[in-house]
Amino acid sequence: MGATIQFQDYYATLGVEQSATPDQIKRAFRKLARKYHPDVSKEPDAEARFKEVAEAYKALKDPEKRAAYDQVGRGYSKGQAFDPPPDWGSGFAYSGRGDEAGDGADFSDFFSSLFGRGNGAAANGHARGGPFGGTAAAQGADRHARIAIDLEDAYRGASRTITLRIPAIDAQGRAAVHERQLAVNIPRGVRAGQHLRLAGQGSAGSGGLPAGDLYLEIAINPHARFRVDGADVYMDLPVAPWEAALGAMVAAPTPEGTVQITVPPGSAPGRKLRLRGRGLPGTAAGAAPGNMYVLLAVGIPRPHTDAEKAAYADMARAFPHYAPRGAMEA
Amino acid sequence: MAQITGYIFDAVVVEGDTAFTLPALCRACGLDSKQLMALVAEGVLDPAGHSPQDWVFGGQSLRTALAAQRLMQDLEMDMSGVAMVLDLLGEIASLRSQLSRSCTR
Repeated sequence: MGATIQFQDYYATLGVEQSATPDQIKRAFRKLARKYHPDVSKEPDAEARFKEVAEAYKALKDPEKRAAYDQVGRGYSKGQAFDPPPDWGSGFAYSGRGDEAGDGADFSDFFSSLFGRGNGAAANGHARGGPFGGTAAAQGADRHARIAIDLEDAYRGASRTITLRIPAIDAQGRAAVHERQLAVNIPRGVRAGQHLRLAGQGSAGSGGLPAGDLYLEIAINPHARFRVDGADVYMDLPVAPWEAALGAMVAAPTPEGTVQITVPPGSAPGRKLRLRGRGLPGTAAGAAPGNMYVLLAVGIPRPHTDAEKAAYADMARAFPHYAPRGAMEA
Repeated sequence: MAQITGYIFDAVVVEGDTAFTLPALCRACGLDSKQLMALVAEGVLDPAGHSPQDWVFGGQSLRTALAAQRLMQDLEMDMSGVAMVLDLLGEIASLRSQLSRSCTR
């Protein structure tokens, strides 16, 4: 292993003292796990934080692991390059009970070098039996990964190369991760939160049974201009007061290029114009295309010159009966 | 060491094209059949078919079952807690989508 291993301060990650009791550690973990759980949290770095917290808890909740960590960790601080002691690899034998199905590939190099890559060594959790689970024949476990694409990719379809980190045990019984790259066509019209299935690309089976499947969860990167809701796409379109009042043809960007939009006369701010079928395209599986919705945002130009101020004054004279607060009057 | 295969895989959109039997959904989400049956009993999943042997789950069940699996594993939640959290997450998602549908200015 050529890369430097960085020391992880598990106590600091959980925000507890080194003298914390198992109960205190558990409480700290539970609280942080709820805060950063990727299904629940909207913190931008929730997933990374959750992994750190889960790794720290996995190391500290087990008395054997905690003792080993305390022993090697003396004198280090977070992020510092970690030099394994000379007797490295001989001292820490673990009972290796097949407890949580953690994603071995997700642990830090520090954790893996200290404790190995977990017991199941099948990525992301769902291995029952696993590659080392005895002699029984078993279908390979399904694997999961997440892939983020741009909105434009969802419109057009895209091909992506993904890198899978697959934990494995080498001939010497040491944990290692090998990487495998896979090119995949992402179909057009895919929605955020949907899953792609790649048959047979999960973990290998044993005893002649087939490999599992690989599932890719789709995320769509936030876009500066467009908001995506399922198959529909929303955009705010700034218009001038006279465009909203008198009607206009205006150019509006869509993910597929610029289109001309008719702003009807007498449009109020927030008016929603529908561009039918201009949302995410329909799919081969028969999902209908979404719509694009343009929300008019009426700007009020600030008057600077005398002429500009006069224009507002003229407008006031032209609308003697306009009562913006009419409904508020007693 | 990366090994590259020259082949480009065509992926299937699970939510559009796929239906799961009970054992297939177990394998895909990592829950066992007892846990999935409990999710059905809680009304979280709603398969077609009368008995577990002929249940057919729609593709969108995968997302729900995966979220349930993560909540149970990571937060050690029980089934009724999971059902409640999934309901609330659904409600948050619909509020967020209302938000994205309205003008931000």
